[in-house]
Amino acid sequence: MDNTEKIKFVIDDKVCYAEPGQTILEAAKSNGVYIPSLCYIEGVKPPGSCRICNVRVNNRNLIACTTPVAEGMIIDNDIPELNELRKAIVEMLFVSGNHFCPGCEKSGNCELQALAYRFQMMVPRFPYEFPEKGVNATSKYIFHDRNRCIMCKRCIGKVMKDEKHVFAYNSRGGEHLHVVMDEELASQLTEEEATEAMDICPVGAILKKERGYYSPIGHRKYDKESIGSDIEKK
Amino acid sequence: MKEKVQNIVKKFHNDRSRLMDILLDIQKDFNCIPDEAASIVATLLNMSKVDVNQTISFYHFFSKEPVGTYAVYLNNSAVACMMGREEVARAFEEEVGTSFNSVTEDGLIGLWDTSDIGMNDQEPAAIINGIVFTNLTPTRVKEIVIGFREGKDISEMVDKYGDGQNSNELIRSMVNNNIRKKGPVLFSEYEVGMAIRNVANYSPEQTIEIIKNSNIRGRGGAGFPAGLKWEFCCKSGGEEIYLVCNADEGEPGTFKERVILTELPMLLFEGMIIAGYALNAKEGILYLRYEYKYIKDYLEDVLQQLRNLNLLGNNIAGKGGFNFDIRIQLGAGAYVCGEESGLIESMEGKRGEPRNRPPFPVQKGYKNMPTVINNVETLSSVVKIILNSPEWFKAMGTKESAGTKLLSISGDCKHPGIYEIEWGMTINEMLEMVGASSVQAVQVGGPSGVCIDPSQFARSISFEDLPTGGAMIVIGENRDLLKEFVMNYTDFFIEESCGSCGPCRSLTVILRNKLQKIMDGKGVKADIDELYEWGNYMKQVNRCGLGQTAANPILTTIENFRPLYDSLIKTDDDFVSTFNMEKAVADSCKYVGRVPKL
Ligand SMILES: Cc1cc2nc3c(=O)[nH]c(=O)nc-3n(C[C@H](O)[C@H](O)[C@H](O)COP(=O)(O)O)c2cc1C
Ligand code: SF4
Ligand code: SF4
Repeated sequence: MDNTEKIKFVIDDKVCYAEPGQTILEAAKSNGVYIPSLCYIEGVKPPGSCRICNVRVNNRNLIACTTPVAEGMIIDNDIPELNELRKAIVEMLFVSGNHFCPGCEKSGNCELQALAYRFQMMVPRFPYEFPEKGVNATSKYIFHDRNRCIMCKRCIGKVMKDEKHVFAYNSRGGEHLHVVMDEELASQLTEEEATEAMDICPVGAILKKERGYYSPIGHRKYDKESIGSDIEKK
Repeated sequence: MKEKVQNIVKKFHNDRSRLMDILLDIQKDFNCIPDEAASIVATLLNMSKVDVNQTISFYHFFSKEPVGTYAVYLNNSAVACMMGREEVARAFEEEVGTSFNSVTEDGLIGLWDTSDIGMNDQEPAAIINGIVFTNLTPTRVKEIVIGFREGKDISEMVDKYGDGQNSNELIRSMVNNNIRKKGPVLFSEYEVGMAIRNVANYSPEQTIEIIKNSNIRGRGGAGFPAGLKWEFCCKSGGEEIYLVCNADEGEPGTFKERVILTELPMLLFEGMIIAGYALNAKEGILYLRYEYKYIKDYLEDVLQQLRNLNLLGNNIAGKGGFNFDIRIQLGAGAYVCGEESGLIESMEGKRGEPRNRPPFPVQKGYKNMPTVINNVETLSSVVKIILNSPEWFKAMGTKESAGTKLLSISGDCKHPGIYEIEWGMTINEMLEMVGASSVQAVQVGGPSGVCIDPSQFARSISFEDLPTGGAMIVIGENRDLLKEFVMNYTDFFIEESCGSCGPCRSLTVILRNKLQKIMDGKGVKADIDELYEWGNYMKQVNRCGLGQTAANPILTTIENFRPLYDSLIKTDDDFVSTFNMEKAVADSCKYVGRVPKL
């Protein structure tokens, strides 16, 4: 396909081209523009739950992972106002969970932590809530630590066993919603499936048992380059 | 148990999308949804158990534990509290011997808080085993609890029926209509069936044209032009088109639909049939909030009457191919299911989590087919537009807001109830109409709307100025605005958020805690500014109207009642620089048996 059949749009003053049907987030990515996000994962219907990939089109905020890109769209993405909003969301996620990064197996490979670095979060503007959460370690290969769960829904959409959801939301609302693991199904996951589940989770809420701290400091995913830099380098 | 549950699931053809109905039946039969029943359902529907629990745990009126042979759901909305809800709650607790949100040891009585139940004109009110009790007092509570202990049938305890159809043998409710002002659209006399016979002579396109010409806008809050919505839906080109009537009426302070459903169900169903014809839909669904279950048998009967009149079913009004039927889908207690895409999810048997848009329901709605969702009042008004004319309709109201509006007015006024007014009435005129004086504020459009101060009472009720889905709450001079309203409403949103969007889930709680800090006299000036700044994030980032408006009680009162907030700030400091060391270490000192050395 040459550019004449493609959708032309502008993001952060850069003229870009997209395939029909691509979302703003995907289209930006294939044009080397990183739009920060936490719940989006390739190949799954985007849950649109973290709200970090907010961009602005015609003075309206839109969610980049669920909105198809349209011909002639002029999109603001990397602007101070939006980055401040995104940073605030990241901070919210920190205070409404229990994220003790230095002791976490996912540290250095965690997307939440990586975004906090990218937005240069020092200390959250919101007071810590220290909520009481729980850990479910009933399954053979994985455990689910709700203290670190940011309820992004990735696992709900993606981790399946016999076409059934292994993870689901429970309850609702600001104080009761949590993500639960189906103990019966989770115990049937193979070692390989358990590793996949862990990799799907952006934070350290789904962990493979007996794996621990896998790679040394300095060799972890976000140790040397910030999240999104792989896209921006393209 | 197994057989019973199997039969229920079979009754709904092992269809996953009917999970709501399956669970409603189980809850009714067992007075809860036992864990074992959830397992059986999961196996039969080929779902994981956490998936079934995901739906169960979302809805307020589903419970995995028994809720009590007599389950009292007492409304805790702001207006209920104004009318003495707390005394009633205390009376229940004393008489029953257990606190709210628990069940007595013998399992006989359960006491539960519940969000607004659509009875603001006759609060305090509760739903007990599906039956509504209004105007409760501590004395009445004593009698009711004695009735529980005597093992009385709950319907025997209703001693007096309300007016109009409330005394119909299929309703038998003590609820009153409180119709205070009848207007020319909804409450005018008309001949049943005439409008349907009229449209049968038009083409669907002509019907849509008439509705478009009338300029009628949706009455559910968002105000989208109804004719345009129908047209978009027809152009989406799906195999099937569905029409849904939204009777979830969950916005605290609105109760107009309760009255339409009780007194004008024919009118509403006729409106649905007309819409069905215009859209070429074969099935219409009325999504009825669980709180209005007491009207359901009566509504089913009205539907049967319409079928008998050949106004529903096949070849309606003798026109070949005009086939349309209506089914009633009951909800199970969730405000966010009033949001149209949350409502669709709920109708499909899932948790009522609003969808990301696009696609919009008119493109991909119920079962992924183009779906029109309209409010009860919108569809009821359509009938009169057909019978009279679009011009007749447009001649009423204002330029942007054609026709009349049904208001649910409650709070500090002499005559709470429903009023059909022409759009354009000012707040001052409204206050006079309802007999209100010494008014501190009016909450326009319920918690998701705006709270305005007297300097704005000359503004008009209209899409141009003060739009409203109909909830109007009058707040008198002596009320504690922050505690009784802003806090109550913020708690409401925390409770009712589906929780999926990070900010809607977390920021509501953060805002509430900061508001509490200010109300406790521990705030500094910056706290008010932060409250306002953070509240504005909510508008920008959340997926649906709930999250986008959840900070409105805080934001609009900071805008209009700033001195109230300022008066709570006791210090000129920029931040609270002291804390009580003794208190902070008290716990640890207790455990290690030390006295703090300070
Ligand atoms: C949280 C939330 C709750 C809502 N509740 C209702 C409701 O109870 N009834 C209603 O008709 N519309 C409600 N709406 C608006 C609906 O999404 C939708 O706009 C409306 O039903 C469309 O009908 P209309 O165009 O006839 O007004 C709600 C919206 C939100 C965001
Ligand atoms: S467990 Fe991980 S993937 Fe699942 S919702 Fe929580 S943070 Fe997201
Ligand atoms: S805004 Fe709130 S209620 Fe609406 S989808 Fe998001 S979390 Fe759910």
